[in-house]
Amino acid sequence: MTSSVAEYLINSTYLIATALFILSLKWLSSPTTARRGVFAGELGMLLAVVGTLLHQGIVEYKWIASGLVLGALIGVPLGRAAMSKVPQRTALSHAFGALCVTLVGASEFYLKTPDVPPLTMGVLSTEVILGSLTFTGSLMAAGKLQEVLPQRPITYKGQNIVNLGLLGVAIAVAAVLVVHPERTELFPLIVGIPLVFGVMMIIPIGGADMPTVISLLNSYAGLSAAAMGFVLDSKLLIIAGALDGASGFILSVNMSKAMNRSFSNVLFGAFGQEQPAAAAGGQAAPPVRSATPEEAAAILAAANTVVIVPGYGMAVAQAQHKVRELSDTLTKKGIDVKFGIHPVAGRMPGHMNVLLAEADIPYDKLLDMDEINGELPQTDVALVIGANDVTNPGARSDSSSPIYGMPILDVDKARTVMVIKRSMAAGFAGIDNPLYYLDKTLMLFGDAKSFVGALVRELGGGHE
Amino acid sequence: MKVDLVTSLYVFMLAAFIGFEVIRRVSPLLHTPLMSLTNALDAIAVVGAIILVGLPHEHGGRLAKILGTIAIVAATSNIVGGFLITDRMLRMFKASGPAKKS
Repeated sequence: MTSSVAEYLINSTYLIATALFILSLKWLSSPTTARRGVFAGELGMLLAVVGTLLHQGIVEYKWIASGLVLGALIGVPLGRAAMSKVPQRTALSHAFGALCVTLVGASEFYLKTPDVPPLTMGVLSTEVILGSLTFTGSLMAAGKLQEVLPQRPITYKGQNIVNLGLLGVAIAVAAVLVVHPERTELFPLIVGIPLVFGVMMIIPIGGADMPTVISLLNSYAGLSAAAMGFVLDSKLLIIAGALDGASGFILSVNMSKAMNRSFSNVLFGAFGQEQPAAAAGGQAAPPVRSATPEEAAAILAAANTVVIVPGYGMAVAQAQHKVRELSDTLTKKGIDVKFGIHPVAGRMPGHMNVLLAEADIPYDKLLDMDEINGELPQTDVALVIGANDVTNPGARSDSSSPIYGMPILDVDKARTVMVIKRSMAAGFAGIDNPLYYLDKTLMLFGDAKSFVGALVRELGGGHE
Repeated sequence: MKVDLVTSLYVFMLAAFIGFEVIRRVSPLLHTPLMSLTNALDAIAVVGAIILVGLPHEHGGRLAKILGTIAIVAATSNIVGGFLITDRMLRMFKASGPAKKS
């Protein structure tokens, strides 16, 4: 094979791969075609990798092969992660993606210095800075989600100034390198400082902000890969990175909107800070009505329509399978059961949908916020399982509430509200929920999994 | 090493627009698989790492080989893990009604 034929062949695999990647995302838009989308992505990836291996100049197959095999061996268990671990697995994969980009960027620099034109050095710096901060930021996020790191936001005075200062210094060093690419001693700084920045950036982030932060890191990972495409002059990589960057960006905007907060507010205004003020406001708590599983089951059995609102508490208690039994039991009694899912319920975009799908609940029963809010006023029972702030009516009415203006699921408009909750402790945002003190609200105290199990038993259902 | 920045910027811009249009249509139902899929596609960066490790270099070849191989490992684990988990998730999404029994 002559080298020009090989080159055409390689370029055509890249071209086809690009088309397949775009189709892959297009097919993902609907659950009926989504699996075809994954197949298109796999095929595109395979073509591009095989095409690259045809490259005439490659002399070192041994290292490449070992890297591919080792990577596949690590990838298989990551692909088999339990559904409840998907948020931390996703954060970890953002870290791996960013690591790859950073290492390639650093190697390119050391291979090419001092012969690096200013423009190339500019994009190379962008690649390395974005890559390094995404690497440690994602590792921190994964650590918090896996609970090996404290989940509480850690804040201190002047935090934003320190963080912005760090980023500013990294950018200044990058600017010097653009003018003087021969000053190799400066290069470790544009890796090291962003590594520290990534850690500092995630320290003040609390659990409830994770959906936004994971989306943002997703976007950064994509943008750093696109920057790598600029440096290597690879259109395929630019396009894949731009698609990933756009996807992460759209998701972050969605998540911020769902919390009624701006981007900068998520990054620079840790939610936990609001906590002392909010907690101080609550004096003697008004009485609540609580109910036993028998009483709750009787009310559910008499209902015509039930909307179940799951939250992170359901994921923590691993209650999704019991919830499916409850849903099946009620459906068998002729009761209409639907699920209302808030965009930021859980720890990443779409988290609840995946857990409920895992428990075999059909996806047409899972309605998003706008759809379900139209139905809640005609609903007999709204059953809230492990969700708190996303059901807080204070977000609609109380302008002093820290979550004022956040769109919520209007469960308080249902005829009866039931809330399964461990205790009266406040949610992640540390805000009291007036929903619990309404006359139509029944508090069901207990572990989500065992309480739902008790409800199923009372209703005479259950499969196992 | 020279970079055709202008052409690259056009490509980036067009891809970003396509990305916005295509991804806007993805139902919130599938946002988790969307993230794991884009993550797997993003690992196409492995192509850059392969070239880096494979080509002979005059200076600094050893460093490039070591860093590049680690990069290949990281990216490949994202490719394999990302596609695997996305497909596992999507297999779980089933519609109710008669379609379920077929």
